[in-house]
Amino acid sequence: MYVAVKGGERAIEASWRLLDKARRGDTRLAELSVAQIREQLRLAVARVMTEGSVYDEELAALAIKQAAGDLVEAIFLLRAYRTTLPRFGYTQPIDTEAMQTERRISATFKDVPGGQLLGATYDYTQRLLDFALLAESDAAAGAAPPPSSRAATVETEAMPRVVSLLDKEGLIEQERPTPNAAEPGDLTREPLAFPASRATRLQNLARGDEGFLLAMGYATQRGYANSHPFAGEIRFGTIAVEMELDELGETVEIGDIDITECQMINQFAGSGEVPPTFTQGYGLAFGHSERKAMAMALVDRALRAEELGETLASPTQDIEFMLSHSDNVEASGFVQHLKLPHYVDFQSELELVRRLRAKHAMQSEDQPSGQQEQAA
Amino acid sequence: MNAPETSFATAPTASYDSAADGYNFAYLDEQTKRMLRRALLKAVAVPGYQVPFASREMPLPFGWGTGGIQVTAAIIGKQDTLKVIDQGSDETTNAVNIRRFFARTTGVPTTRRTVDATIIQTRHRIPEAPLTEKQILVYQVPMPEPLFRLEPRVAECKKLHALADYGLISVKLYEDIVHHGSIATTYDYPVIVNHRYLASPSPIPKFDNPKMHMNPALQLFGAGRERRIHAIPPYTPVRSLDFDDHPFEVQKWQHACALCGSTESFLDEMIVDDAGKRMFVCSDSDYCHERRGDADLDLPSREARKGEPA
Repeated sequence: MYVAVKGGERAIEASWRLLDKARRGDTRLAELSVAQIREQLRLAVARVMTEGSVYDEELAALAIKQAAGDLVEAIFLLRAYRTTLPRFGYTQPIDTEAMQTERRISATFKDVPGGQLLGATYDYTQRLLDFALLAESDAAAGAAPPPSSRAATVETEAMPRVVSLLDKEGLIEQERPTPNAAEPGDLTREPLAFPASRATRLQNLARGDEGFLLAMGYATQRGYANSHPFAGEIRFGTIAVEMELDELGETVEIGDIDITECQMINQFAGSGEVPPTFTQGYGLAFGHSERKAMAMALVDRALRAEELGETLASPTQDIEFMLSHSDNVEASGFVQHLKLPHYVDFQSELELVRRLRAKHAMQSEDQPSGQQEQAA
Repeated sequence: MNAPETSFATAPTASYDSAADGYNFAYLDEQTKRMLRRALLKAVAVPGYQVPFASREMPLPFGWGTGGIQVTAAIIGKQDTLKVIDQGSDETTNAVNIRRFFARTTGVPTTRRTVDATIIQTRHRIPEAPLTEKQILVYQVPMPEPLFRLEPRVAECKKLHALADYGLISVKLYEDIVHHGSIATTYDYPVIVNHRYLASPSPIPKFDNPKMHMNPALQLFGAGRERRIHAIPPYTPVRSLDFDDHPFEVQKWQHACALCGSTESFLDEMIVDDAGKRMFVCSDSDYCHERRGDADLDLPSREARKGEPA
């Protein structure tokens, strides 16, 4: 009906009101607070911070609340806020060896200097629904809350990376800063262009959709670009972020962030110049995000195919394909834009198809015998 | 920016004097606007060439006009009057939403009348009324690359543009003729801008293509998700691709607009009852209202909605 395209303004306002109501749900139940989301949905907060590319637990929790738990929508909210923020500068590179580790595992060695630290993980829970959680009473609610809900962190010596142990035998390529190398580009300030450097690729993957990276990384394990991965090391913990302040002429700590880092160790057959050696894939995410960091490391390694002279056989190795489709804010927007009116384009196609059908009908009448011959 | 800003002295502080507190005039910060304007200048200097730019996340989803919104935000000034259309109409929800966004973040007057607007942001149509040198038409563009269906790789397409190697698209049009007897592209019909660059006009119907040619208004194309801007400066030749024996032609209707009786405008078809009765109405709502002399842009009368048999 013609009316359907009218009154858009009132319809939008009414839709906002309905959305508010739907988000709030049954008002007889207490409203969820941002602090509760931040403390009790920490993994959702981590994902929204990582893919929203802002480290701010409170804003991420707010976005999750506003998006009624739709994490891709929450990521979008946080990104749209992020664009408006001024840039003060860039922090110093973080040194993950100096991490206050809460969890650290290696699948390549039974024991490693610094030890294996299981920490809080769902890995060895038996996935049985815990009906005890159905009961809302919180025994500890009355007691004074501990200063931090986290398990007290053991003050440990700096843990050397597992991959650096392999380095002593020259078995693995090492990631070392190139002296006098240009600063890495900033993907949020420069348009993505191809060919893309590894620094740009890692920025893109860090912001990329967890589900997309998971599926594409998974495909490499099933033979679509096999890269023989071993989880060299996965660590999660807290790390200080430092920034050089021009006014003071020195580096100061501006805060702590939680991060998850994954270093995959992958095989490489070598070449005429290089003996067989191990290579690396790298993943990094805000908060506790192991699935994301591991998937990212698999994809990062697959995207190095060209650099390492491997055969390009799978979409996961295709830099342009991967980087162009990893962003869920872009993907979600474009897929869902199909909800917008396309009356004009559709009208144009309608006119064409009618015309072609009319022509087709005329031609079939003209040459009935020819058609039969073809059919026979 | 389009209409001259007269009070330069107050410009820096005035930029914060907008309806949405806490946000800059037209939402984007001034650095971002500068980046966009540099891209726009380059685009105008090389008509039809796609200039990459550092597209920002906007508070509206990618694919919903973020490119057009960024271009408008970069050029709009306090003296401007903005019109926003989607499918030719000011009243579709997305057009309403974008118009409100700018009303809220800039406080500039908005209009539904094509003649009153200094900036017209559009999705999928060019207004029927001729534009003037005082106007800028900003297109929302989903896929700026005219070759993307034939070659999805951006890096590869860049080479083809650099070499003006447009054989692929000619072959595609030729194959259409072989399969269907005529060119089967009806919207987003490829054009050559200024005798050089192959460009996508965005998904406007090919009916609108001739309006791009030698248009007195500046035409700017913003693709937010694909991070590219291109432009057709005023009075630039724009040729729709065709062959000598299959010349370019636009859609024609056997109907006139049921509301204003126009036989020259692009018509939307509507199904008005369960029996499949059709009704054809101008897609450009302002054009239709102007022709009817409507002041209040009311809903069509009951009689007008009766329609005709399917």
